[in-house]
Amino acid sequence: MAGKRHFDVRRQPGFAFVAMFSFFALYLPMALLVVYAFNAGDSLALWEGFSFRWFVSAWQNDTVQDATLRSVIIAVCAAVLATSAATMAALATTRTRPYRGQTFTYALINQPLMIPEIVTAVALLIVFSRIKVWTDYSGLGYLIAAHTAFCVPFAYLPIRARLESMDLSLEVAAADLYATPWKAFRYITLPLLRPGIIAGFMLAFVISLDDVVITEFVKSGGQDTLPTYMLGQLRRVVTPEINAIATVFLAFSVVIVTAFFLMTRKKT
Amino acid sequence: MAFPDRFDGLPAAPRCEGVYKVTGDTRGNNVAIDVLGVTKVFGAADSGFRALDKVSASIRQNEFFTLLGPSGCGKTTLLRLIAGFEFPTEGRILLDGEDIAALPPFRRPVNTVFQSYALFPHLTVAKNISFGLEMLGWPATKIASTVERMLALVKMEPMADRLTDQISGGQQQRVALARALAPNPRVLLLDEPLSALDFKLRKEMQIELKRLQGETGITFVFVTHDQEEALTMSDRIAVMSAGRILQVGSPREIYDRPTERFVADFIGETNFLEGEAKVAGDRLLEVRLDAGATVKATAPDAALHAGRTTVAVRPEHADLVPGDGPADLTGVLKNIVYFGTDTHFHMTLDNGVPFIVRQQNTPGEGSGFSIGEQVGVRLHADAAQALKD
Repeated sequence: MAGKRHFDVRRQPGFAFVAMFSFFALYLPMALLVVYAFNAGDSLALWEGFSFRWFVSAWQNDTVQDATLRSVIIAVCAAVLATSAATMAALATTRTRPYRGQTFTYALINQPLMIPEIVTAVALLIVFSRIKVWTDYSGLGYLIAAHTAFCVPFAYLPIRARLESMDLSLEVAAADLYATPWKAFRYITLPLLRPGIIAGFMLAFVISLDDVVITEFVKSGGQDTLPTYMLGQLRRVVTPEINAIATVFLAFSVVIVTAFFLMTRKKT
Repeated sequence: MAFPDRFDGLPAAPRCEGVYKVTGDTRGNNVAIDVLGVTKVFGAADSGFRALDKVSASIRQNEFFTLLGPSGCGKTTLLRLIAGFEFPTEGRILLDGEDIAALPPFRRPVNTVFQSYALFPHLTVAKNISFGLEMLGWPATKIASTVERMLALVKMEPMADRLTDQISGGQQQRVALARALAPNPRVLLLDEPLSALDFKLRKEMQIELKRLQGETGITFVFVTHDQEEALTMSDRIAVMSAGRILQVGSPREIYDRPTERFVADFIGETNFLEGEAKVAGDRLLEVRLDAGATVKATAPDAALHAGRTTVAVRPEHADLVPGDGPADLTGVLKNIVYFGTDTHFHMTLDNGVPFIVRQQNTPGEGSGFSIGEQVGVRLHADAAQALKD
């Protein structure tokens, strides 16, 4: 009958079970993490009543405040720089006549997505430690540079997608209507590209905010970001304070991802 | 930005206010655009695709000039060269006597109506129309009054604040026109602008375009592959094929006096008859047709063309007569196709060549001819046109 007309994976035996199991495996630990963020007691396993005490405690923790601020500074700087670079890269790879090696250029831009993070991390550690010795500079610059580098491909993808779906004749029409190349870019290309740029920025921001591996390797002493701070805490006494921080982090990410979704879905 | 003076001011083109006159004679014969020996090769100079091959044409001021040809004939390439979206491999393009071939599009007082309209989707109708004026740096008051005038010209005042995806295809077409006309260009280029519209709307816009051209007094260069559109709208038509202009002339000249087989074949229906030609006067040949008769035929140009030649005869420039009466050509009636306003009689001449006669229908019974019957054809005086090849 209906099932014979076309193959429908949802009708296969066991599909519902596998699907439900996958969702549980993914979201149950997170749900537990969020629940225990509100535990009144000190335990991550023993429920002792509802309380906001760990949120308050995290909020008042100077080290957490410090790490949060640092995370945000790095993420904002890295996202701004990466988005600018990605915008230019996207323009350069879509707004030219096809040339030899174009595919190679795409690959070069996107390769950081494939390279194991640990490799990048070790490589940066070696180079940056050398530079630190030469220049004596050990500020946030290293972290910002590193984050910018691995954020570029994330920012590049939505911007390029947007550019490729844009009608090229619009820029030709602008030139026909006396717009110099710069004005055509400023008044036509850029406004139409805005949703892609915002999406790219948010993606880069979240990716930077979340990074542990490269940050852990590159950071100097006392340069903990929120994720590396949390990692450090787990090695010591674990309290639901970690859950509280993670819960806020999670909420924040959900907001950003939702905004990203709405932004990319909305037509101009 | 340093624009030549006339870019930023009205009135560049002489304006003929009031009613549009159909006759081309009252207009000046001054040349607006001179295309001189233009060649365009895409790709390598020797092995690339030769889109235009030493094309020359003069487009007069205030005329409705149409580039007509099948797709791939180079008509759009020529338009893009005039607009500045492409640059010629060889040759010059003069605008009012000045070589513009090397100028970028934003330095040319020429605007384009695109096939896809290319309206800016993030701007309102009014902002689309004012875009060119703002880029030219016109004062705000002049921009406002021009936009208002343009909105009125294309009857889009109520839609001024809509985004361009909130209006219909026909309305988008009007906005595209208004946007291109607003800067009062010396020449307006139109790249198959009506091809996306349905039949009825296309007919309306054909009349609308003629009206706009008359009211603005701007030279229109119109690209189309639709021969009927070209015949009804143009002052002059250039028929193109394979990167060359084959013939330039008024619609009547193109239709009645085609000089090449391609032109005769591409525009309307034509009968081709082979024969032996003798010179019979100034631009006049006497052709002894293989099918029998000897006819006077207009020569395609001043050169003499004795010898083998092809003659074109339009189906409506001949009458079908009974087979037993006097006739220029005789043959067998193979098919009768009724078209409402007229009837097409498909026949095979005695020497095996097909021939079509088109007869206006009159009220009453049928034509009186039947399939398989022996029939004759009487050619109208002046019906035969000798072709170049």
